[in-house]
Amino acid sequence: MSPILLAEQLLNGIQLGVMLFVMAAGLTLVFGVMGLINLAHGSLFMVGAFAAAAVAGATGSFLLALVAALAAAAAAGALIEVLVIRRLYARDHLDQVLATFALILIFSEGTRWIFGSFPLYLNIPDYLSGPVTLPGGIQYPLYRLTLIGIGLAIAAGLFALISKTRLGIQIRAGENDREMIAALGVDISKLYTIVFALGAALAGLAGALVGAIQSVQVGMGEPVLILAFVVIVIGGIGSIKGALIAALLVGLTDTLGGVLLPQVFRFFMDGATASSAGSALASMLIYILMAVVLIWKPTGLFGARA
Amino acid sequence: MKLKSLVLAACIAGLAGGASADTVKVGMITTLSGGGAGLGIDVRDGFMLAVKQAGNDKLEVIIEDDQRKPDIAVQLADKMIQSEKVDVMTGIIWSNLAMAVIPGAVAQGKFYLSPNAGPSALAGRGCNPLYFNVAWQNDNLHEGAGAYSNSAGYKNSFILAPNYPAGQDALTGYKRQYKGELAGELLTDLGQTDYASEIAQIRASGADSVFFFLPGGMGISFLKQYADSGVDIPVVGPAFSFDQGILQAVGDAALGVVNTSQWGKDLDNDANKAFVESFQAEFGRLPSLYASQGFDTANLLLSAMGKADISDVAAFQAALEEADFASTRGDFKFNTNHHPVQDIYVREVIKEGDVYTNKIIGTALEDHADVYASECKM
Repeated sequence: MSPILLAEQLLNGIQLGVMLFVMAAGLTLVFGVMGLINLAHGSLFMVGAFAAAAVAGATGSFLLALVAALAAAAAAGALIEVLVIRRLYARDHLDQVLATFALILIFSEGTRWIFGSFPLYLNIPDYLSGPVTLPGGIQYPLYRLTLIGIGLAIAAGLFALISKTRLGIQIRAGENDREMIAALGVDISKLYTIVFALGAALAGLAGALVGAIQSVQVGMGEPVLILAFVVIVIGGIGSIKGALIAALLVGLTDTLGGVLLPQVFRFFMDGATASSAGSALASMLIYILMAVVLIWKPTGLFGARA
Repeated sequence: MKLKSLVLAACIAGLAGGASADTVKVGMITTLSGGGAGLGIDVRDGFMLAVKQAGNDKLEVIIEDDQRKPDIAVQLADKMIQSEKVDVMTGIIWSNLAMAVIPGAVAQGKFYLSPNAGPSALAGRGCNPLYFNVAWQNDNLHEGAGAYSNSAGYKNSFILAPNYPAGQDALTGYKRQYKGELAGELLTDLGQTDYASEIAQIRASGADSVFFFLPGGMGISFLKQYADSGVDIPVVGPAFSFDQGILQAVGDAALGVVNTSQWGKDLDNDANKAFVESFQAEFGRLPSLYASQGFDTANLLLSAMGKADISDVAAFQAALEEADFASTRGDFKFNTNHHPVQDIYVREVIKEGDVYTNKIIGTALEDHADVYASECKM
């Protein structure tokens, strides 16, 4: 494999990783602070993409579409937190899984009811389309480079939020001892709503950004949700730093595994069998990675709690 | 009133001496929710349009949603056969669901008319006198794409499809006709949404053409990302990634792309013109190939009902085999394995006003039959 192809695949892996991070950050915060398993996180991803597609279709502006995605997903998040999720904090994980699974069905059929069954159109704006030539002669789509930039900016913003602001202190305190910060006079239910809406907004933004290069359709959030869960388990539940490193690890493993494994297999079997067996093993690779990490560190790379 | 007429109908039926003398009850199981719902909705709408136009009150249709899940499809089929007592079944979109339902349905003596799925297992040794496929055998459109690549002079194709039975069949079908070299062959994940790594490999492969089979949302993602990558190798694929339902979501990225289909909305015959016009008037959108398949399925059934009684299985089967109906595809006939022998056309994606659609630009294969027919012993 040529160095140019390898460099391009590295960029692809990083791009997949940072988008997974944006998705997983909200999930890991919600799990870390409130101890809640939210299966409907993928639906918020879908809500963001549909809101963006609708607004982009009506106004033609991609920036407005992103703002709409953030707003719609945050609003949907705050709404389900107040109406449904709030009643689940004290229940066990099975109840949470059941209730948030019901939310997936409600969101999916609700979206179909409003937008119909056919995929929507959402494309990247003209000023971000087409490839650019990077040093070394690598041709790479400008939009994917932008995604990497946005993802890293969000990561930096989240670190600043968690370590430098009052809200961040409350979030960290909430992860450590819920009863104590309530006793100290912090309005815990407001904090929960804010954290949940923040996570939802990030999922919605990821949906809109990724939706522009994929298909905006009902059910688009579920495959990403599974990867996001793998990321937060590898990274350690509740840890933003863990989520970032795990997301990059998963992105690179998935991309490079899919490219390299069939080629490795070709050394000792024929073409068609190698590509079939190689791609089958490549799709298992991130789960193998997860298993190895959990054997080595049962609470994930940066997990505090057992 | 309703009860009275029911009683009356029952008396008349009793007098005529047959339980369900000539009413044909159709059970349609198709995908109406979840990711692949667009296809099922088109098949249903095409089918019901033909039923409505025929105005035949001897035809009763029950419609259920399989949610693209084989277990649900099997439950629905059991319910329809055992408690609803349907005579004919139809509607299934996906080959894996078809394999779960059809062998059981025909074993219980029900006719099955497939408006879409055509797995090879049911075209060869597993064929059945009661099973008819009105759409195509799965390999057909891919074989058409291979034939087109030969005529376009492609010598070095890069081919990719999802890693599941219909995906592997697609690559086999393409290679069966295509005579050039392969620059690369990839099997992607089913449901994959990001093709950056595959596109990088296509760029590095030195191919002169790309063949892909990525139905539904996978095709939308691939085409958008491919157009944005700056790779400008010509692309060819079966119509499944270019149907009317998804072209609007792909947009300009699909313009000019060549795809193969057994049907196109501009096919020049009276039945097709009337179909396209009435479908648009009824539903406010252009029909897709799936809608044309649903429409043809219903008309095939109606034509057989005009010739034979459903209670006489052999006569009804013979009436279906005649395929004496005005197909939207023009000429239509069944092979010995009850799969169509038909032309596969080459279409190009164009823009008409604001709407993206397909235009037929040639014929890839004429009177094409599948390769499995010789293995079928009925």
